[in-house]
Amino acid sequence: MRPMSDKVSPLRQPSAPVSAAVLMREVAGLIVEALNLEVAPADIEPDKPLYGEGLSLDSIDILEIALVVSKQYGVQLRADSEENERIFGSLRQLADYITAHRTK
Amino acid sequence: MPILVTQFLADLTRVARVLGGGGHVLNACADRYHFTVGLAASLVSGKVSLLPSTHTPEVIRQLAAFAPDAICLTDEADCGIDLPRVPFPREATPFSRLEAPVPVIDSAQLAACVFTSGSTGAPVPYRKSWGRLIACVREEANRLGLSGSPACAIVATVPPQHMYGFESSVLLALGCGHALCAERPFYPADITGVLAAVPRPRILISTPIHLRALLESGIALPPADLIVSSTAPLAQQLAAEVEQRFNTRLLEIYGSTETGQIAARPPTQTPEWRLWPGVTLSERDGETWAQGGHIEQPTRMCDVLEVTGAERFLLHGRVADLVNIAGKRSSLAYLNHQLNSIAGVIDGAFFHVDDSRASHAGVARVAACVVAPDLDAARVLQELRRRIDPVFLPRPLLFVARLPRNTTGKLPQQALRSLAAAHLKSA
Repeated sequence: MRPMSDKVSPLRQPSAPVSAAVLMREVAGLIVEALNLEVAPADIEPDKPLYGEGLSLDSIDILEIALVVSKQYGVQLRADSEENERIFGSLRQLADYITAHRTK
Repeated sequence: MPILVTQFLADLTRVARVLGGGGHVLNACADRYHFTVGLAASLVSGKVSLLPSTHTPEVIRQLAAFAPDAICLTDEADCGIDLPRVPFPREATPFSRLEAPVPVIDSAQLAACVFTSGSTGAPVPYRKSWGRLIACVREEANRLGLSGSPACAIVATVPPQHMYGFESSVLLALGCGHALCAERPFYPADITGVLAAVPRPRILISTPIHLRALLESGIALPPADLIVSSTAPLAQQLAAEVEQRFNTRLLEIYGSTETGQIAARPPTQTPEWRLWPGVTLSERDGETWAQGGHIEQPTRMCDVLEVTGAERFLLHGRVADLVNIAGKRSSLAYLNHQLNSIAGVIDGAFFHVDDSRASHAGVARVAACVVAPDLDAARVLQELRRRIDPVFLPRPLLFVARLPRNTTGKLPQQALRSLAAAHLKSA
């Protein structure tokens, strides 16, 4: 066993901000897992739409994603928010929104 | 802001003026109040409201062939429906607070036409008279325990164009003296927000998908006086949790596009459904037919039903060919027809995927195998998206050398699933 403590790694500090790329990968993983998609998380293109043409998600999927996002990050999405259309515009925009509004 | 009946009457008169001279209106309004004004305006001008289950270009093309004089009433600026479009006139109509006469609609008047996808590509129309639609929701009000109750506020998570939403929000309000909320809340936070904002008694008209999302979201649930679920049977445990967390009673409704709603049950008390009075079920060649009551003509039901007594039955799932995803219905035969009509597709078939987790919430998807050596997945999906509702897009879509047809040319579902499983393993 290696004598290594969590404390020596600065990345393990809870206050360290998660980089955008790391969060995007994490969110992509959650989406693939929640929706049982056939694609690998890394294959979701960051700037392609999640709805319709891009990843072909529909409103049932969006509800499912909203649910995992609320559980994982404490972000409750609302359709009356002006940002709503933009949030699901791409993986990057969803991750940005989570970064700005996460409570956990 | 509550809208008074006098305002509603002024609004419907104003909208009736812009509907033109044709006999059919595709009412695509997303706002439930706009939809209801559009319906009433169509009724007073003797026009039939067309309510297809989806607005894909292919369905709109077929609708235009069915009713060449159809116009599309829309309240969305970016509406892409390819029919002559009439924007919903938004400016408020001045109205007098004096009692305006409420229009009287002949019960025999043809009010709406709903569609199922059929199996050969052409949508099958079902014509609904105003009197039968209203008779049906008055019985719904009885079953929900609303007869004699004060006016309720109805919040619905289903669109007004879907038969369940049409009956249980729009018609229940119009025909039984209740109030409807214009919003169609989607996310859990939207649903609880709208529900909390309206006075009690209030009713939530919803589906297993939305109810599960509400429970799992972890947000505080405002009290409701009644919750109604339809589109897919609710698991007993989910039903019990809904009643407990909302501190209310829950009723489920059973129906179909063809028949409208025909039965209800309190799922935490009994698995048996009780039919609307006058509606009867009969067996013919292993199929169940419904007739009587408000049903326009004897109708073959697409579910396996076991009659357990006078007015009572158990629901044992869908017939093999039927596809029901989140209340949107199609058939494997119809989806296969659309897949095989794509240029470059040599053979192709949809099939049900075994996924107990998804079917629990009523969202079991369909998959497809296709033989199309000159096409790629993006091209096939793009063509399908023009023809079928996106909930039916195959997950996954697998390209194979040939389909496992047996000697009679038939394609057993199990053989397709095995082929798909082998294909996925090797991928």
